[in-house]
Amino acid sequence: MTESSRNTCPDTVKLVNENQCHMCMPLGGVIAFKGVEDTMVLVHGSQGCSTYMRLTNVEHYHEPVDVASSSLNEKQTIYGGEKNLKKALDNVIRVYEPKVIGVLTTCLTETMGEDLNRIIASWRTETGNDHTDIIPVSTPSYDKSHTEGFWTTTREIIAYYAKSGVLPHARVNVIIPHISTADIRAIQQMLELWGVAYTMLPDYSMTLDRPFAGKYLKIPEGGTSPTEIAEMGGAPLTIQFGCTCDESISPGAYLRDTFGVPLVNLPLPVGIENTDRFMQALEEHTGRPVPDRLRYERGWLIDAMADSHKYNASARPVIYGEPELVYAYTCACMENGAVPSVIATGTPHSHIGPMLKERLTDAIEMPVILEGADFSMIEKAALDTGSTIAIGHSGGRQLAEKHGIPIVRAGFPIHDRVGGQRILSVGYAGSLAFLDRFTNTILEKKYASYRTLRREELLSKIAAVPCEGYITD
Amino acid sequence: MENTCSQTPEQDALITERQHSIVTTGNTKTSINCTDDSLAGSVSQRACVFCGARVVLNPVTDAVHLVHGPIGCAAYTYDIRGSLSSGSEMYRRSFSTDMKEKDVIFGGEKKLAACLAELAEKHHPPAIFVYSTCVSGMIGDDIVAVCKEASLTYDIDVIPVESSGFISGNKIVGYRAAGEALLRLITPKEGEVIEKTRKLNFLGEYNLGGEKWVVERYLREIGIEINVAFTGDSTVKALKKAPGSCLNIVQCTGSMHWVANQMYEAFGIPYLDVNFFGAENTAESLRKIAAFYDDPEISARTEALIEREMQAVKDVNEKYRKSLEGKRAAIYVGGAFKAFAIIRQLTELGMEIVLTGTQTGKKTEYERMGSLLNEGTVIIDDANPAEIEKFLIEKKVDVMAGGVKERFLAYKLGVGFIDHNHDRKDGLIGFEGAIRFTKEVYATTCSPVWKYVRHEYGETDQ
Repeated sequence: MTESSRNTCPDTVKLVNENQCHMCMPLGGVIAFKGVEDTMVLVHGSQGCSTYMRLTNVEHYHEPVDVASSSLNEKQTIYGGEKNLKKALDNVIRVYEPKVIGVLTTCLTETMGEDLNRIIASWRTETGNDHTDIIPVSTPSYDKSHTEGFWTTTREIIAYYAKSGVLPHARVNVIIPHISTADIRAIQQMLELWGVAYTMLPDYSMTLDRPFAGKYLKIPEGGTSPTEIAEMGGAPLTIQFGCTCDESISPGAYLRDTFGVPLVNLPLPVGIENTDRFMQALEEHTGRPVPDRLRYERGWLIDAMADSHKYNASARPVIYGEPELVYAYTCACMENGAVPSVIATGTPHSHIGPMLKERLTDAIEMPVILEGADFSMIEKAALDTGSTIAIGHSGGRQLAEKHGIPIVRAGFPIHDRVGGQRILSVGYAGSLAFLDRFTNTILEKKYASYRTLRREELLSKIAAVPCEGYITD
Repeated sequence: MENTCSQTPEQDALITERQHSIVTTGNTKTSINCTDDSLAGSVSQRACVFCGARVVLNPVTDAVHLVHGPIGCAAYTYDIRGSLSSGSEMYRRSFSTDMKEKDVIFGGEKKLAACLAELAEKHHPPAIFVYSTCVSGMIGDDIVAVCKEASLTYDIDVIPVESSGFISGNKIVGYRAAGEALLRLITPKEGEVIEKTRKLNFLGEYNLGGEKWVVERYLREIGIEINVAFTGDSTVKALKKAPGSCLNIVQCTGSMHWVANQMYEAFGIPYLDVNFFGAENTAESLRKIAAFYDDPEISARTEALIEREMQAVKDVNEKYRKSLEGKRAAIYVGGAFKAFAIIRQLTELGMEIVLTGTQTGKKTEYERMGSLLNEGTVIIDDANPAEIEKFLIEKKVDVMAGGVKERFLAYKLGVGFIDHNHDRKDGLIGFEGAIRFTKEVYATTCSPVWKYVRHEYGETDQ
């Protein structure tokens, strides 16, 4: 009953997943599709899947998030879901009139062996509809996590649209991992400061974080346009923030292998060095120096790091969540002298293990690294190693509730606080915002209890000293 | 904004097949369609069978809840309810067998058995509920047999919950699966005798934000003890004593009527419908219970309690009624029981209900709903966001009561919102809940923020 590949913590061999740190593949697919212009998502499976994925997104983004379902029941599970999927396509088109429909499978339809390509082709013949783009993606959740669902779907979107023989152009492809909408906008702003034209995919910064303005739209404006995606093969360069993404599902690798677009695969720009690497890539691409504004931001960050380095050095953070984020936050913590105690991801298939080991060579104490982790493992490791602070999503709330380990919220989902979508961590300015949140959480915890703790500790030590034989008067 | 509110259902639906799921009161010829499965592609607000079973059983505090399937089903229901516990916190953990591809191909029974062994050895729980999901049901894992064997091996209750999501698009089927699991748990073993008491069981109460404890306090004040609630703040041991009660009171009828009927058949326990949401409902329910016990002492204490508490509610309602009178409200909730309570409370505040509906209402419940409402009110079964949006605009709604998925749609349209769902942290039950409800209705309906939102819409007449 062992499955040791699930984690790299040597003494933990377990089978039951207790308090999940990751979600299922189609959820990542939903988010990726929300980053494409005029798209509606249809989940091929039973009704509950789409409802749960909507709920998770709604609670994080605080926005209406519509996701259709083919609403399979027992009968279709036995005889096949073709009729339902076709009807669902009809109804989605009738109500939402989307230009694009992303169709995601679930564990149910994968197990049934539904052939999406055949069903969609047959639907096209029957309806004569050849103007709605329908992009099927296989997302069997018994295989991987929502992180791979995100990457796979992004890759499939490119594979659907990108054409060969496109005229070369100057727009750089920028492929992002599953980050907050504030982070998306921050990356866009940096590119704009450099004067770099780009195609970002998937860009859900306006669809999942809608500014309030005028009439309500069933499908909000925003997202990457299919026309631009079609031209990604003609780009001079792809910058992908996906170091932990496997080659087999890497969108950037697809563009490189299919169209010969050079790929620069970078870590998410959180912290000095990771952001420097992004800047360096842009410097090489443009031949221009770093814009003044960003140079200042770098300076402000370093200045702030000096201000807070001693506080940060007192912290032993437990960092958990999606691999790309976990790696980036680990780098930022290491730069600030905060050596992580535990680094964990629920995803079992990323490349984070070796990457972390390389990054942690200078660590004074080696953190516990967990892959394919759940919160029972994370919690145990955090207690064993004396973690004092956590960085991660709402799934870790019991760390704070049960063990008094405060959480600097980051990642997805954040459903027990407002503003998950507004959490800014990338770039020099974002790293500084993150650093301040981190340091202030340490200080808040310290100031809340240090008088009592010191008093009790030191007075009890005095009381423990035997006083016989002393002159008392 | 347009105000083209149509009165004929045929013009209302955006999808033709949904026409008969939308009716308008006063239009007596049509009756509502409410037994259909959700229409594919209609973006129903409904969940699945697994979800129904999970929410009903989850508040059993000291049981282990094990979801047999791939990770998603457990991940999305990890610590999902605001149910409070006076003891064990075991129920807040979300256990999954985390089925992988090889389990799907070769069958998940072995992994399930191994997981049960791990859980029994590590936690020694008094009971384990094993939920089947789409995939474990589809590949035909015999969870009943695996549970039976584990039950014998570890000498604890290991109870299968047949909740494969695809069985139906309706949560109610999951409520039934949960009910069956509960009955299996509480049915005395052969030769076992449960002592009869004067206590009552409180069915369909989940202790969200401590709601069960509020009612428990009222009942204790009038001289009646709760034996156990199904399932708020319950333990396996307490549930097993349920057959000894002299009365079942049933609050959430959708989830628990069937269980009450079964308990009447099996143990001869009569039941009463109660509803502690809203002050009037609370007073009525307390009187009903007191009447059952037929004890002048209890009746006198009941009347004293009601008089005292009603005064507090009245004072608050009078204060806020001025601002709320004539405002237009919409209600879209999971079950009819909740809808009835909210309709009554909002009406008491002088508000007009212009739209209502549920995910799982029954035909008779919709008929009763129609009789409570003014002519021209739209009633929708299994509504979707497009329909909700359409009617919120057409009916010029000021405030909506509903669940998380509807909340931000309402906000986008400049409509206030009252949460009446699992997400709540503060209870709405009893007299004090009624006061909290009124304050919340005021805070959201009359919030200054809508001035800015509606201004963006170009409305100037607000």
